[in-house]
Amino acid sequence: MKNSIGREIPDELLAGGREIFRGNNHRDGYGYTKAGPKVRAAVKPQESKVVPTLRAAIEACGLRSGMTVSFHHHFRDGDYVVNMVMREIEAMGIRDITIAASSVGSAHDPVAAMIESGVVTGLQTSGIRGRMGEVVSHGKLATPAVIRSHGGRVRAIEMGEVHIDVAFIGAPSCDEFGNARGKGGKSDCGVLSYAMVDAKYADRVVVITDTLVPFPNFPPSIESVDVDCVVVVDEIGNAKKIASQAIRISQDPRELKMASDCARVMAALPYFKDGFSFQTGAGGPSLAVNRFIEPVMRERGIKMKWALGGITKPTVELLERGLIECIVDTQDFDTDAVASVHENRNHYEISTSQYANPMNKGAFVNKLDFAILAALEIDTDFNVNVVTGSDGVLRGAPGGHPDASAGAKCTIIVTPLVRGRIPTVCDRVVTVTTPGESVDVLVTDYGIAVNPSRPDIARALDEARIAHTTIEALRDRAYGMVGVPDEIAFGDHVVAIVEARDGTILDVVWQVEAHDA
Amino acid sequence: MSAEKRSEKNRLRRTMLFLSAQRPSLMKDAYVFGPDSVIFDLEDAVAESEKDAARFSLYHILRRVDYGNVERIVRINGLDTPHWREDVRVCVAGGADGIRIAKCETADDVRAVERAVCEAEAEFGVGQGRTLLMAAIESPRGVLNAVPICESSERLFGVAISGGDFRKCMQTKYYPSGVEMLVARGQILLAARAAGVQCFDTVFTDLDDMEGFRAEVVQNKEMGFDGKSVVNPRQIGIVHEIFTPTAREIREAERVVRAIRENADKGVGIFQLDGKMLDVAFLPGAERTLALAKASGMYEGDL
Repeated sequence: MKNSIGREIPDELLAGGREIFRGNNHRDGYGYTKAGPKVRAAVKPQESKVVPTLRAAIEACGLRSGMTVSFHHHFRDGDYVVNMVMREIEAMGIRDITIAASSVGSAHDPVAAMIESGVVTGLQTSGIRGRMGEVVSHGKLATPAVIRSHGGRVRAIEMGEVHIDVAFIGAPSCDEFGNARGKGGKSDCGVLSYAMVDAKYADRVVVITDTLVPFPNFPPSIESVDVDCVVVVDEIGNAKKIASQAIRISQDPRELKMASDCARVMAALPYFKDGFSFQTGAGGPSLAVNRFIEPVMRERGIKMKWALGGITKPTVELLERGLIECIVDTQDFDTDAVASVHENRNHYEISTSQYANPMNKGAFVNKLDFAILAALEIDTDFNVNVVTGSDGVLRGAPGGHPDASAGAKCTIIVTPLVRGRIPTVCDRVVTVTTPGESVDVLVTDYGIAVNPSRPDIARALDEARIAHTTIEALRDRAYGMVGVPDEIAFGDHVVAIVEARDGTILDVVWQVEAHDA
Repeated sequence: MSAEKRSEKNRLRRTMLFLSAQRPSLMKDAYVFGPDSVIFDLEDAVAESEKDAARFSLYHILRRVDYGNVERIVRINGLDTPHWREDVRVCVAGGADGIRIAKCETADDVRAVERAVCEAEAEFGVGQGRTLLMAAIESPRGVLNAVPICESSERLFGVAISGGDFRKCMQTKYYPSGVEMLVARGQILLAARAAGVQCFDTVFTDLDDMEGFRAEVVQNKEMGFDGKSVVNPRQIGIVHEIFTPTAREIREAERVVRAIRENADKGVGIFQLDGKMLDVAFLPGAERTLALAKASGMYEGDL
């Protein structure tokens, strides 16, 4: 059955009550009862929840084959927690596990073998990369992976579509009672926004830390009232990879040109006024937009009220220079962002539900003026793909992309027209991760295109004498340079379901054959 | 594809972006950065062992990539090398708009290249005179010969002072005040204006010092240069911004052009406008202001 963006969704996926995507706001007003965890009360006063080993924690939580475990990805490529827990689970002979992570990445290559051996049979995540992306794309996972945006994951948990049996929450610091924070340890990640929903909705919650601090570890991101046990390990991750050195703005002239053009587009729109709000990706050109809006803000004497999402040094600098009133933070990418959320009283941590859950009573993304984001591919319907490569293999993450772009008044995609021999602007993206209705403007190194659904933006650009063209013209330009790519030879087996934010099916990812390198 | 497009001797050249001919990835689409001209460099940017490969890449870029309104100039190897004649053939065969002669010291240098260009134009059936020339003056002797160099050829659209070698010859180095280049800049500007050709300033290589770059470009504009060679696309915006006339300069230029034309139609040669005496001698300056304004998107009038 075709959904509203023309993607064919196999009927067998709709058997269990799943629905096809019918537009961003189709489920507005939908009523539901929130799920709740099965709680094992800790009535008797106790000194400590610390258990001696990870295995003891897993046993105490009663983890069995067939259950679902969860993880967060605040430690990014520096994470040791997922591999540590999964190796223990494997060693205990437990099988048929579903991993429900906020995201997994190339740090988790060892889990790929557990997918092949059947220890892991389900995967629910935002990102899939590296070896895991390959084995899933090659059809080795027993059930289709479910790919969700950050907001969509929280929604699925709060609505009970994903039930977490045991949440394993890595924390830079934790006290003996389970109050955990993203700071105060050996490898701080700043905030624990992604893990908050896990703590509230999982039946059992295990905090894993390498820095046990005196009670109370306050104010906690993860509260002791939700924590069953605490495990102390040598290292939760590689500090250098958890928070990288200050992410610097690109010096690449092409990225800077696109960032500069993006800032000109922003400055030409009515939303660019005192008190505006803004979210930008951490990638080269979108990040560099921070630098180009600063002089325009100074010239016009305006300030940003709040910046949202994943935070890096350039945003922190705007806060420190008084050009942003506050930062509302769900993830920290570099040491400067981590330091700022610890020290700056105008830099706040929020939960991912507050950030982006489309089915609560209104998330922060809905109040965004601008979202500046990247794309692996964008097609002539302005649908964006950030999850599959040009070979059809899973190698990315929707992250907050679908959330911020659905919420923002103006979403600008900044991307080069071609990457090597790959056209970025194309007839039809391999996989839709953000529907075109969420996307308003495309800025490439070869020109700017406005979504025809936004004639108001096109008029504003005309008035500001900013040249723009059609997305079809940009596609033709790209194809003219690098040629029209051949269709990918997919198999007939669905390896992943891409859920829209509201839980309907936006697209599916088909199996691709492994190529012998 | 644009081999027979007219090259234009007196076009706007605020920025001339250097690109190594050894880097097809740069040459394939550097027009996206919006320089007025690009200079594909076969000389210093290309290793001695790679001259052939660079010519090959350059030829295909010249033939296949549509640079639109961006002028394509090629810096050829010095006349004291075995490379320059083959460089000239590639430029002409590919349809480059112009050739930049490195280390030019005398009018004879320009004429030697001109002869080779004529031969190549005949050889490849390219319109005689299509391939323009510019001379880079890099030595004290070149500076002293600036007048004959500027007057050496009908094809010569301009001269550029090249600071790197010149400063070494003069036993000095870069100073923020520009005092070490003052005489050379002044001399070639005088020669260029006397001969009626364009004049371009040298590159600024410290990409971390954008303030120093800006100061130098301001001085260039104040001295009367037509433009500047740039080594990185990040420098283009600054040059264009500084060389862009202010709104007031544009309004005045528009009034001057209209007044001169209207008075000329009435047969009046000299007249007053806002208390200033004006005659036809003010026309080129005012027209140039409007051309700069148009190129920068600041003027959409009909003049």
